Amino acid sequence: MQIIERSAFPVLCEALQRRGYELVGPTLRDGAIVYDRLASAADLPIGWTDEQQGGAYRLKQRPDGALFGYAVGPHSWKKYFLPSEQALWRAEREENGFRIIEDRRDAPKLVLIGVRSCELHAMAIQDKVLMGGACVDPWYASQRERVFIVAVNCGQAGGTCFCVSMHTGPKATSGYDLALTEVLEGDRHYFVVDVGTEAGEALLLDIPHREARDEEAKTAEEVVTQTAKTMGRTMDTTSIKELLYANVEHPRWERVAARCLACGNCTMVCPTCYCTTVEDVTDLAGEQTERRRTWDSCFTMDFSHLHGVGSVRSSTKGRYRQWMTHKLATWFDQFGTSGCVGCGRCITWCPVAIDITEEVRAIREATS
Amino acid sequence: MAPAPKLKLAVWKFASCDGCQLTLLNCEDELLAIADRVDIAEFREASRAVAQGPYDLSLVEGSITTVRDASRILEIRRASKTLVTIGACATAGGIQALRNFKDVNDFISLVYASPQYIDTLATSTAIAAHVRVDFELRGCPIDARQLIEVIGAYVHGHRPRTPSHSVCIECKQRGTVCVMVARGTPCLGPVTHTGCGALCPTYHRGCYGCFGPMETPNTGSLSEWWGHLGVREEDVVRAFRTFNADAEAFRREAQAHEH
Ligand code: SF4
Ligand code: SF4
Ligand code: SF4
Repeated sequence: MQIIERSAFPVLCEALQRRGYELVGPTLRDGAIVYDRLASAADLPIGWTDEQQGGAYRLKQRPDGALFGYAVGPHSWKKYFLPSEQALWRAEREENGFRIIEDRRDAPKLVLIGVRSCELHAMAIQDKVLMGGACVDPWYASQRERVFIVAVNCGQAGGTCFCVSMHTGPKATSGYDLALTEVLEGDRHYFVVDVGTEAGEALLLDIPHREARDEEAKTAEEVVTQTAKTMGRTMDTTSIKELLYANVEHPRWERVAARCLACGNCTMVCPTCYCTTVEDVTDLAGEQTERRRTWDSCFTMDFSHLHGVGSVRSSTKGRYRQWMTHKLATWFDQFGTSGCVGCGRCITWCPVAIDITEEVRAIREATS
Repeated sequence: MAPAPKLKLAVWKFASCDGCQLTLLNCEDELLAIADRVDIAEFREASRAVAQGPYDLSLVEGSITTVRDASRILEIRRASKTLVTIGACATAGGIQALRNFKDVNDFISLVYASPQYIDTLATSTAIAAHVRVDFELRGCPIDARQLIEVIGAYVHGHRPRTPSHSVCIECKQRGTVCVMVARGTPCLGPVTHTGCGALCPTYHRGCYGCFGPMETPNTGSLSEWWGHLGVREEDVVRAFRTFNADAEAFRREAQAHEH
């Protein structure tokens, strides 16, 4: 364990920028903490926090100058690896047919600042989906190779967080170059640093730091222990796959469908949802076309559209069941892990506060 | 190879503000690129020249509000291979469909000095209530990119890329923060058909529903949530009664809150 003082934090960012990395991380925009490009550490939401519940998110000022004193917001890091819209290739008409143009550029070198433990788990899950099988997604893989990750162990749980139930946090255990625990004690403000990779170790040499004292390391432990005790939500995951498979027909699905707007917000904000659609965008003259990949959601009718039949999953009941069963059951069969990391985004950002933990509880209680 | 015959395009106007036709005029650069493939046979906003039908593609703006228009649309349908309605007036009756919920004669006597010259139907109705429509392009006004997409789809023979899911998906794709969740602003986005590019939420406004109901609109659940946000019943009625007041899902929801 090492110590970086708060005053040296900007130096860490600058050292990464000198190595050719662009900074991306949390910043204030439009009434929320989103992920975006940062010019420097000063663009972090310093002294801000959030209050979250089902269907509600509010920014609040903190009494201190914490850099990472909030939970996850509406964006997830997947937007950098699997952008919401991406051109895959273009084609141009030629005299006798057409020519395919692949202008693949190198992914930018990004440093992701403030990645939380649940988010590291979400990335590991998407890695399995998009790089783990026989077909590797080259766009995803090339960005994945060009990131430096500065993780942050959560100093407070959000109102909809349940990483403890999902065994995905609040302490980062792998998948980072450096992991920081932010400590604010009286007039002291420092980061306890855990080095995850050689690149992380090399970077540390460029930043003022020192070995952590025992009590400092202990304080950092206490920060995460305290966070773990204040989770906004819990989910009992005992035999969850079997529970959902046994309840494909359950009156609860109808009840949630009466509230569900089939708007797709939950899938869009979920850091593990990976579904996309591809479409060709042709100019009016018919000379150029571009194949684009965009985020899709199992809540849309087009998602389950079959030619000549229409949507084969047309009821909202069927679509909500698809989403929840995929996250918590079929994902295990498909990829060997849960599809949910307990980040709580789908609860906060559901416009009508539908809560995946509450839905599991209702089905479990009615079954036992 | 002999050049393909030119596609004969016509643009027709019924009760409307002309905004959707102007969207087409604004696409002149794109349209010039296909001038050798498309013949604009009838487009009063752009030219007085009128060519005889039949037409390959008719774009119809506006709603049916007079007896004369009700028979004119029948003729246009007969003369058109493909008929596409453009904009909220043509697809849902437009803002002028507010008359459908009141007695139109009351308006006439209030608004006009000489009401005896006004000859109008009691309702404003969508084109699809009168003739078969091949494709409806939503919006008040329509979106230029989508219009080009629809014309392109007919020129090149592919399915138009005009998704009918919620506005929310477009907000999330753009990275726009939800105004309802982060600010408590009532927003029609979850029940509204996408297509505008999530314009209003991106500028911190709730969606006004310009593109009408999305594919599976759960308006009842949204109104109930608006109740928690402090929206009064009469304001729910107003929100659903705008440019798409007579679109079925919005009409029913407004009625449910009218006491
Ligand atoms: S299902 Fe919900 S809580 Fe689970 S990872 Fe996705 S957004 Fe987060
Ligand atoms: S829940 Fe739906 S959108 Fe998400 S990964 Fe599964 S099928 Fe795709
Ligand atoms: S669960 Fe919520 S966010 Fe997901 S589709 Fe239904 S209403 Fe939208």
